[in-house]
Amino acid sequence: MSRLAYQLAPAALIVILLAIWEAVCRLLAVPVFLLPAPSDIAVAAWQNAPMLIDAALNTLSMAILAFVLASAIAFAVALLISTHPLAERAVQPLAVGLQVTPIMAVAPLAVIWAGLDHPGRAVVGLAAIVAFFPIFSGALTGLKSADPDLERLFDLYGARPLDRLFRLRLPSAVPFILEGLKVAAGLALIGAVVAEFVARSGLSRGLAWRLMEASNRLETAKTFAALLVLVLMGVGLNALMQVGERAVLRWWRGR
Amino acid sequence: MTTALAELDAVEVDYPRGPALGPFSLTVAAGEIVALVGPSGCGKSTAMRLLAGLEAPTRGAVHRASARGETAVVFQAPTLMPWASARANVALPLELAGMHGRTARAHADAALARVKLARVEAAKPAQLSGGMAMRVSLARAMVTDPKLLLLDEPFAALDEITRRALGEDVHGLWAASRAAIVFVTHNVEEACYMAGRVVVMTPGPGRLAGETVVEGPLPRPLGFRTTAVFREACEHVSANLARGMQGAAA
Repeated sequence: MSRLAYQLAPAALIVILLAIWEAVCRLLAVPVFLLPAPSDIAVAAWQNAPMLIDAALNTLSMAILAFVLASAIAFAVALLISTHPLAERAVQPLAVGLQVTPIMAVAPLAVIWAGLDHPGRAVVGLAAIVAFFPIFSGALTGLKSADPDLERLFDLYGARPLDRLFRLRLPSAVPFILEGLKVAAGLALIGAVVAEFVARSGLSRGLAWRLMEASNRLETAKTFAALLVLVLMGVGLNALMQVGERAVLRWWRGR
Repeated sequence: MTTALAELDAVEVDYPRGPALGPFSLTVAAGEIVALVGPSGCGKSTAMRLLAGLEAPTRGAVHRASARGETAVVFQAPTLMPWASARANVALPLELAGMHGRTARAHADAALARVKLARVEAAKPAQLSGGMAMRVSLARAMVTDPKLLLLDEPFAALDEITRRALGEDVHGLWAASRAAIVFVTHNVEEACYMAGRVVVMTPGPGRLAGETVVEGPLPRPLGFRTTAVFREACEHVSANLARGMQGAAA
C-alpha cells in the first residue's frame, strides 16, 4: 500500500459517495425538497455563504465562550476537590447527577433564567454544562495519576502541599487534561447547537437556527448546506485540538 | 561495629491481606553496604520503606539516626518526572528542601557528572536509555549527600552488562561519599559482589534466614568474581536461602 493511497483514501471515499448520490438523484429525478443532489447543495451553500458564515461564527463564538467558561470552572472544582478525598466523595454523586441529566431537560430552565431576551446566554450556559465533565473528570483523574513512587519520593523529602501540587500533581495531569479539553471542545460545539435548537429563538442567530428555519421552509438544499458548514466546523475544531494536543505532549515528553 | 545509622528492632508489618514482614531485625552501621536477599513477597521492599520512614511498623520499633534529606531511595524503576529534564529531576530534592533554583541546578549538574552523565542534563527521561535513566535516579539520590542510601532492586529491569556497569558506579559513589547502602536484590552473586554483608530473608512474612559476611575490599578489585572468597560467600548465601525456603515449607 503506497503512502499516497493511504493519504488519499478518505477523500476518495467521499468523492465516490458524492458521485453515487448525485447519480441517484438525477437518474431517479428525486424532488429537490426531499433529497437535493450534492450539486444543488453546493449551489445553495454558495448563494447563502455570507449568511451561513455569519451564523457559523455566531455558533462558534458561543461554543468557544462556553468552552472557556467550562474549563475555568471544571479546573477550579477539580483542584479544590483533589485536595481532600472527602471532598471528592461528597461531590461525586452531584457531579454524576448533573452529568446524566439530559441537556434538553435543563434547557427550558436555562432559557427562563437567562431571560427570554438573551437566548445567547442560555446557549452558552447549556453548552458549558455539556463541556464541563470531560475537563472535570480529566483534570481530577490526572491530578490523582502521579506515579506512587514519585509521591513517596515527595514524602521522603518532606514536600509542602503546594510544591507537591505544582511540581508533581499538575504536571502529571497534563496528558489527562489535554484529552479532556479535546473532547470538551467538540462537545461544546454540539452543546451550543443543541441548546440553540432548544432555546428556539431567532435571537441567537446561530447555525442551528438557520438550519431549522430552512427546514421549516422546506428549503432542503439550504438545510444541507447549513449541516455541511456545521460538519466542517466540527472537523476543523477537532483537527485543531488534535494538533494542539500533540504539540503540547511532544513538549511534555521531550519527544 | 561502628555507630548504628538505622535499626529495625523486631518489626512486624501487617497489611489488610495478611502479615507481610517479620518479626525482623536489622542494624545498618554508618558507611557499610548491606544486601537484602530473599524470594519475591518476603517483605524486602516493606523493610526498605520502614528504613526510609515512609511507613510505620505494626509492631516493633524503627530507630533512625539520620534526619530528613539524609536518607535517599532509588526504586526499581528510575521514577523520574517525564516532563522534567535530567537536571530538573536531580535538582528536585534540593529545591524541595528550599534551595534556590539556580544553586540547586548547579549541584544537580555536578551530581550528574559524578555518574558520567555530564552531557545529558537537558534531556528528558524519554530520551535516555534505561541505564542512563537509572543513573539519573542515582544522581538524584546522591545530590543531598545522604548518609543512608536505600536501593530497592535498582537494576532488576536492566541487562547484565548495564547492571554490572551500574554496580561499579554505585561502588564509586560509595567510595566517594561513604554513605551506608542497603541494597535489595534477587540475585545472589550481585549481592555478594556489591555488599560487605548479605542478609537473607525467608519467604513472606520475611524473617532472618541467615547472614553472610563477604570478606575482601570494597569497591571490588578486578577479577573478584573468580576468587574463592566470592564463591564461598555465594554458596553460603545460597545455603541460607535454601534453608529459609525449607523452613517455610515445613
